[in-house]
Amino acid sequence: MADIRVVEGSEAVALAVKACRPHVIAAYPISPQTHIVETLARMVADGDLNAEYVRVESEFSAASVVSGASTAGSRSYTASASQGLLLMTEVLYASAGMRLPFVITGVNRSISAPINIQVDHQDTISLRDSGVIQLYVESAQEAYDMHLAAFKIAEDPSIMLPVMVCMDGWVLTHSYERVEFLDQEAVDRFLPPFKPENYLDTANPKTWGSYAEEDVLMEFKYSIHKAMTEGKSCIRKIMAELTALTGRDYGGLVEAYRTGDAEVVLVAMGSMAGTIKDAVDDMRREGKKVGLIRIRCYRPFPYEDLVAAVRGAKVVAVLDANVSMGSEGAVGLDVKSKLIGRPGVPMVIDFIAGLGGREVNSTAVREIVDRAERLSSSGLPPPEAEWLDLNPAIVP
Amino acid sequence: MKISSGAVVEGGTSLNYKTGNWRDQRPEIDPESCKQCGICQEVCPDDAVRQVRDRYEIDYNFCKGCGICAYECTAEAIRMKNEEK
Amino acid sequence: MPKKPTGKTESLFVSGHRACHGCGLALAVRHILEATGSNVIVVSPTGCLETFSSPYGFSPWRVPWIHHVFENAPAIASGVAAALRAQHRESTRVVAIGGDGATFDIGFGSLSGMLERGDDVLYICADNGAYMNTGGQRSGATPFCAATTTHPAGKTSLGKTERKKDLPEIVAAHGVPYVATASVAYLGDLKQKVKKAMTLHGPRYIQIDTPCPSVWNFPSHLTLEMGRLGVNSGLVPLFEMLDGKISKVKKLRVKVPVIEYLKQQKRFQHLVVKEASRGSLMAVQEQADRNIEKYKLMA
Ligand SMILES: Cc1ncc(C[n+]2csc(CCOP(=O)(O)OP(=O)(O)O)c2C)c(N)n1
Ligand SMILES: [Mg+2]
Repeated sequence: MADIRVVEGSEAVALAVKACRPHVIAAYPISPQTHIVETLARMVADGDLNAEYVRVESEFSAASVVSGASTAGSRSYTASASQGLLLMTEVLYASAGMRLPFVITGVNRSISAPINIQVDHQDTISLRDSGVIQLYVESAQEAYDMHLAAFKIAEDPSIMLPVMVCMDGWVLTHSYERVEFLDQEAVDRFLPPFKPENYLDTANPKTWGSYAEEDVLMEFKYSIHKAMTEGKSCIRKIMAELTALTGRDYGGLVEAYRTGDAEVVLVAMGSMAGTIKDAVDDMRREGKKVGLIRIRCYRPFPYEDLVAAVRGAKVVAVLDANVSMGSEGAVGLDVKSKLIGRPGVPMVIDFIAGLGGREVNSTAVREIVDRAERLSSSGLPPPEAEWLDLNPAIVP
Repeated sequence: MKISSGAVVEGGTSLNYKTGNWRDQRPEIDPESCKQCGICQEVCPDDAVRQVRDRYEIDYNFCKGCGICAYECTAEAIRMKNEEK
Repeated sequence: MPKKPTGKTESLFVSGHRACHGCGLALAVRHILEATGSNVIVVSPTGCLETFSSPYGFSPWRVPWIHHVFENAPAIASGVAAALRAQHRESTRVVAIGGDGATFDIGFGSLSGMLERGDDVLYICADNGAYMNTGGQRSGATPFCAATTTHPAGKTSLGKTERKKDLPEIVAAHGVPYVATASVAYLGDLKQKVKKAMTLHGPRYIQIDTPCPSVWNFPSHLTLEMGRLGVNSGLVPLFEMLDGKISKVKKLRVKVPVIEYLKQQKRFQHLVVKEASRGSLMAVQEQADRNIEKYKLMA
């Protein structure tokens, strides 16, 4: 009998982590991540989860504790959001470089200043260059499933990198959803115990964290890049296994929703996709050929899937819940860079949307589609990224 | 040779890196005066003093010539000589 | 009394590392490991030790060793200790060895967290009194009046205007079972303290004075001599604290005036040659005298 319950998104994540049998968990509070580590703490306190739970004094130390534990050969987990993720930045770069396969939940929240605790993707996007694999989820169910996949991806001998599951703060962490859970045996079959080739072992003393000169440094960096790019096939394989196990379709690094014959293709990540899908359905009923690509795996960037999904489209409109100040949104830049120079590619227009919890509703989605259509048939070159729903009247 | 995953290195491999050519001054142990106390070995930052049976010998592959052994030797059995280059 | 040859076993920190001539820190590390034995995992922050002991492909470490970043060695050590507990490998002990900059300054939050949590880690600070790996800038451990590249002596400056942070006291205030200071000038004492620390559990702290010929700027053969002068002047008191109480001090047979220590190091030359610095020189002497009184160093 399937175990189906209505739970808070944070609890779904905690249950996934528990099912993965981590040895070491490091925890530091920040909204809206806190319910996840509090739930895990309760599990440990009640004896339901047999893990070392380290109550650190900062996120810097949280990331460091899981790095140390991972080097010592233990499956390890931590979670953070916003300022906490930025504080972890240096540690995450080093851990990717040292090929440490822990899992971290990146609960998406805006970055100071001004301080704001609502959702956008600026925090995790800021870590996109670190060598940490990033998966973005749309629902609590997907958050549960992706945490199982995350450990398996991280620990695959061909990958060996930290994996971050990015989920929107509040929208996903604090709402209650119907979630279907796997039984422990199924998880254990999917995710065998962590047995790294190298770990801190007195019987076989090795040195970690070497100093590399310019004669090999680029090769070390390239090997991380290669583990990511070639790792895409491994991630696809793991997603296919997960699909078979759960009966839910995790077939790709992107989810292509009604893009088959779409003339306008929207691109987005995270929970915003739910609203967009509804809007797409409405517009489809009115005869508009609109579709959505939801990027699930952002790093490595799945440009092959993307190129295939936009074939035949007239225009691509990207909704970026982040901005690279002085330039455009990160996802928009990625999409453009991968399409440019290919024959017959559509125009790409970037929209900065939903910063600091600003609502992106179906009216806004329709507006984006209208604007994109108009711009693409205007004969003009694509404009700079547009800030959606901005109130210029109050900007000094 | 391929680089390792995560730049992990085997322990003890620095023995393949000889630091003896860093030396300007060369410590020499006078076996006559040496009392085999072992202080020279204790105080060497480069672990470059070896005990060979009942004697101590400088390992010139690694000795950088800092002179601590000569200074600390209570028997004054170690002299620093200019290294001929 | 001359010792008989020890027939000593092979070192756990071998030759071929790239420390400067006469490096007190390199010497300390070999003796630390002699005292801990091989059943340890060592964690080090970024700093001289990391730089001279980890060029890719050439490691002097014969125990498992991990360097991660500059400010997180205590937390890395906590993570390793947690993993060892989870794997029931607690017989393997965790030792962190870090510089004063890493310990007193940038990693201080991480250290305090590790101490407060009670993690089973022996944290050793190899104190050379400045950021040596980057060329000798001021740290919280730099002694009063020492010139550093970021607080040089000059027409209007006599070097560092603040006292050295009293980290052993701060560590002890966390309620840890063992705190000690040691010096490379007294290797037997140093090893005894490391051995003692290894018999205990929970967070333990040893601060080792490791003179640096390159940046303190004295001839490389005087490393131990400089350590001895530091100790015997009272500027570097050697003691042990069990459960927060002083349990043992190294008594001075003869008290050396601080000038004997200062005059041999370039970082203090301005105190020696400048008439204007007499007041500061006296203040340094007073500090030594206060240590002697506080720790009851005179026999
Ligand atoms: C976050 C960060 N800031 C600064 C540095 C540069 N840095 C590397 S080592 C070092 C000094 C280390 O000093 P200390 O801890 O006293 O060790 P020592 O080299 O003196 O033995 C500094 C400032 C760094 N690597 N990382
Ligand atoms: Mg230092």
